[in-house]
Amino acid sequence: MSELTAPRSWSGFLRPDGRKGVRNLVLIVYTVECAQHVAHAIAGGEEQVHVIGFPGCYDNEYAIRLMLALARHPNVGAVLSVGLGCEYTQPGRIAEVVRASGRPAEWFFIQQSGGTTRSIERGKEIVRRLRAALEQGTARVPMTLADLTVGAECGGSDGTSGLAGNPVVGAFFDLLVDAGGRAIFEETVEMIGLRQHLLARAASAEAATQLAAAYDKAVRYCQAVKQYSISPGNFAGGLTTIEEKSLGAFAKSGARPIQGVIRVAEAPPGPGLWLMDSVPDEHFMQFGYTNPNDTEGLMDLISAGAQVVLFVTGRGSVIGSPIAPLVKVTGNQQTFRALEDDMDFDAGRVLSGEATLRQAGLELADYVLRVASGMPSKPEQLGHREYFIMYKHQETPALAAGCRA
Amino acid sequence: MNRCFQIHPADNVATLLAAADAGVTLEVLGPVPRRLVLRESVALGHKVALEDIATGESIVKFGARIGHATQPIAGGTWVHLHNLASDLDLRSATLDHQSGAPTDTSSAYV
Repeated sequence: MSELTAPRSWSGFLRPDGRKGVRNLVLIVYTVECAQHVAHAIAGGEEQVHVIGFPGCYDNEYAIRLMLALARHPNVGAVLSVGLGCEYTQPGRIAEVVRASGRPAEWFFIQQSGGTTRSIERGKEIVRRLRAALEQGTARVPMTLADLTVGAECGGSDGTSGLAGNPVVGAFFDLLVDAGGRAIFEETVEMIGLRQHLLARAASAEAATQLAAAYDKAVRYCQAVKQYSISPGNFAGGLTTIEEKSLGAFAKSGARPIQGVIRVAEAPPGPGLWLMDSVPDEHFMQFGYTNPNDTEGLMDLISAGAQVVLFVTGRGSVIGSPIAPLVKVTGNQQTFRALEDDMDFDAGRVLSGEATLRQAGLELADYVLRVASGMPSKPEQLGHREYFIMYKHQETPALAAGCRA
Repeated sequence: MNRCFQIHPADNVATLLAAADAGVTLEVLGPVPRRLVLRESVALGHKVALEDIATGESIVKFGARIGHATQPIAGGTWVHLHNLASDLDLRSATLDHQSGAPTDTSSAYV
């Protein structure tokens, strides 16, 4: 770690539940699509106010758990939940759970607040009050890599992703794990064909059992829906089969042992490298696709408490994320130049011979440290805050038992 | 010189680090440095066969099987959807060989 040039310690935000954040945000959570316009209008023009929401009127345990995990994220200091007034998902219950974490939280129904204009005024008044409280009352705390949880996923992959983009993230993950931090990678549907490779990385017999179960479920899922996680852009970029894409995607996990499998809305129970399983469980309702787009996968990683998320692309991508800053890494130097506004990190220097894998991993660690200490990432600078919360079914016995949160 | 990268010694394909035209001599970087004449144009990120591969044989990249050859593949030629198929994903064989666009849902656009 001696080559790191960024400061190794920075001042973070301490939440009443002990979690440490790298941003100090007010989060607006809407509980049905009908409340979406009002929620975004409340946030419009306000600093450090982000929005997420669930479009469905019928509630869903998975979606509620995901929203509650995001509302109590380390980077979130206070919450306003906004509902229409007809929907199953209850903004009052969300506010109650958030308050139990020690964070201030308020809520209202639009139907009881006089409609659009008066709800926006009411919401803005609340949000400004919450912001003022956060600015005056948030305790600061020193943070290091050991306090960081970082999630990584890839999207718009091409032939460079498995050669440079993902291996550089893997090199950074090794550094993060060695420093006592938590690293999360996902997309079990992009591990198809790698069963032995995956199991060989298990840190324990229990981890191997969890990895085998997650892998086998992903295969059953892909067979059932007859869709593998590979897209026209991947093919155009030179990737031919899901097995090939999987091998490249797996490279972002680095080389450290995998401690176990976590599920959406579940934080890693200890330091080290973890695999997130976001594939739906077998259920009486077939809840569509596992990761219908890149943003959905990022929301899953953020729900595990990742204060910073990494996105590896080859073809290029212009997404960002609410709550946790997104750092965009590409192994394709043409893409880095063509999408300069959007790309944070050029991992393609590994392919051109300008940097070794280890050196690029250290430079990425430097960049992540700077973002964690307050430097806006490229998607943050551009105001990208895409979110996506969908209907899905996942059993979470560990969460129900209350032994992990 | 144009370059391609072989990841693992067991690989029978390498990845182009920049687009190259037919007839160009490629420097093969990686565990077994050598040179290879490209028989057709191949784009950045796409694969070239490092040796002749018979129908049904494994295509190996990262030291692992990524699928099988659906026709004889000569060393120095492009390896993609037209001659390599997944062992698992049957839909990929129906996609447009150049763009990767789906062909099985084309009728829905009319």
